[in-house]
Amino acid sequence: MIGDIPSSVLVASVLAASAPLVIIALGEMISEKSGVINLSLDGAVLFSAMVAFVVAKESNSLVFGFLAGGCAGMLTGLVVGYLSIYLHLSQVAVGFALSLLCRDLAYFLGNPYSRIQGPTLISSKLPFHDMLPEFLQKILTQPLTVPFALTLVAVLIWFFKFSRTGLQLRSVGENPAAAFARGLNPSKIQLFSVLAGSFLVGIGGAAYSLSLKPGWGRPQGAEGIGWIALALVIFGSWQPCRVAAGAMLFAFLQVCGIGLQNLFPTIPSQVFQTAPFPLMIFTLVLMHYSTRKTRKHGETDSGLQKWLGILFMARAPKSLGKSYRQE
Amino acid sequence: MVQIVKDILAAATLVFGFTSLVLFIADAPVLDAFKHIWLGSFASTMKFSQVLAVWVPLILCSCGLLFAFRANLWNIGIEGQVIMGAIGGMAVLRFPGLENPVLILTLSFIAAMITGGAWGLLAGLLKTRGGVHEIFGGLGLNFVAQGFILWLIFGPWKRPGIASMSGTELLPHKLWLSSPPGWRIAYAGLVVAICTLILTWLFLYKSKLGLKLKAIGKNPRAALLYDISPEGYYLLSIIICGAFAGMAGFMQITAVYHRLIPAISSGYGYLALLLVMLAGYRIVPIPFLALFFAGLNVGAIQLPIVLQVDSTLSGVIQGCCVLSALFVLGMRQRRKQL
Repeated sequence: MIGDIPSSVLVASVLAASAPLVIIALGEMISEKSGVINLSLDGAVLFSAMVAFVVAKESNSLVFGFLAGGCAGMLTGLVVGYLSIYLHLSQVAVGFALSLLCRDLAYFLGNPYSRIQGPTLISSKLPFHDMLPEFLQKILTQPLTVPFALTLVAVLIWFFKFSRTGLQLRSVGENPAAAFARGLNPSKIQLFSVLAGSFLVGIGGAAYSLSLKPGWGRPQGAEGIGWIALALVIFGSWQPCRVAAGAMLFAFLQVCGIGLQNLFPTIPSQVFQTAPFPLMIFTLVLMHYSTRKTRKHGETDSGLQKWLGILFMARAPKSLGKSYRQE
Repeated sequence: MVQIVKDILAAATLVFGFTSLVLFIADAPVLDAFKHIWLGSFASTMKFSQVLAVWVPLILCSCGLLFAFRANLWNIGIEGQVIMGAIGGMAVLRFPGLENPVLILTLSFIAAMITGGAWGLLAGLLKTRGGVHEIFGGLGLNFVAQGFILWLIFGPWKRPGIASMSGTELLPHKLWLSSPPGWRIAYAGLVVAICTLILTWLFLYKSKLGLKLKAIGKNPRAALLYDISPEGYYLLSIIICGAFAGMAGFMQITAVYHRLIPAISSGYGYLALLLVMLAGYRIVPIPFLALFFAGLNVGAIQLPIVLQVDSTLSGVIQGCCVLSALFVLGMRQRRKQL
């Protein structure tokens, strides 16, 4: 279909390419569920990728690298959280400024470490590797980020559907005043979810510089990923499973881009890399059209539209982006 | 008044402290870095003319953004609008058959405004008709514009023989906007930027259009009751913003680079967003802050050579300025409440 890539390699590379994106998008989803948009994602990913690589290189330990990446992400979350939750500043303004700041900070501080070899997370074989057919062996031999991302999806489904804390978090995102009346502290819950979410964003950033696109440089290869993750959260309508599916779709398109480039060698590779972005907008428009009617009239007559409505139904947390002032 | 001075001092201290910390971490001499930024931007007339060459597109983009912000639109797509403006302007400049340079440049200027405005309109339509938030629509369109310009440079508009990241062929000299000898800034650019500033001030503060945009920005539903249709004004404000951005793109190709390069927008769109935020969405501080930002940009260029640190230090300082200003503002509001 696209060049001459065997399907098992295709699946394997889509899984590997989607793992960091899944982690980042789910991190953002956690903070958006509690009502806070963390727009600093793009810079935060680069910053944590840089920190993770530098720490892993200096300490020669991948574990420290990932932890440092997570902490770097959390630091950005702390800024967004404090300024928007406690000082009631515009979440979009703070996030955007922080995004550019973190990006430049990453390039500035990471400059001495660019284009050098460092520790890399290699693909690990499963314990029962030899018992599997060759097809599955290729797919399942993945770096640890892949099982981590998949486990995270399952954990978050459980967390938001069945756990008490998850319910509290969602209630703050829907109606902080009501949550306050029920004895919760909305600001504290929001801050914690932003911190938890941005920790995951940091882990995702580390997954770029330590596993998917090893090393640091300018460009690193993770540019623009934060913005995609933000769009994926909408695309996935704030549901872990669909966010992950969206991330995999995006990774598939990127892998296709590489395949297409083999077919059209005259066109520069950057053109293909931009292709998934317009497709994302197109999907968002499609979502808007297919859900608008369903929302207005409840049920629609046409079967197709009903299915589209169910497929693309998206509902944001009610107080997303609004700053809550305790009265 | 005393409070304002105190606030500004507090923000400046924060910026200075943070930047020093960053430089310290990077193991670079702190004071030398500031000295070299100053020397590289305002120390000679040649350098100062470079600063002005950055000042012009920043002013154009910021003025456009003021319109968009007035209607409460986050036009992140401005980066793509600059690129499309440059492409539109270039398309006319490459058009064979026309002889009169003044005519070609005028047509090119208009084409740049139209393509930039059209790109803005697209983001606006995605918002009003497609239900895509302008931040995501705009970002997506930025990437599309980036892909488009790369395709042009490597495909149809490539230099004869070799296609490379260094861009298209240089324009003939007669199509360069004329500049004072030894300077890097065109007269026309300065004139256009200053006219744009004045026009923006007139439209936003002295006309009905400005008032209506403000009404929509503050409360679209209430504006509807006063018979002001939000959709029309959303689109209008984003078209104006796109057209101004297109003008910036035109300046980039005719006054600065004299060709089309992949990074033609130089990130000025995003920088203008920061600038307008730092100015508190008001027009009066914009020319001065734009000079400051442009000075940082130009001054940081030589940092890699003299101090072996990356030139993105300017971006760090600019971002930190905005965040510090926001922080101080938030603190002030908090004090008022208590």
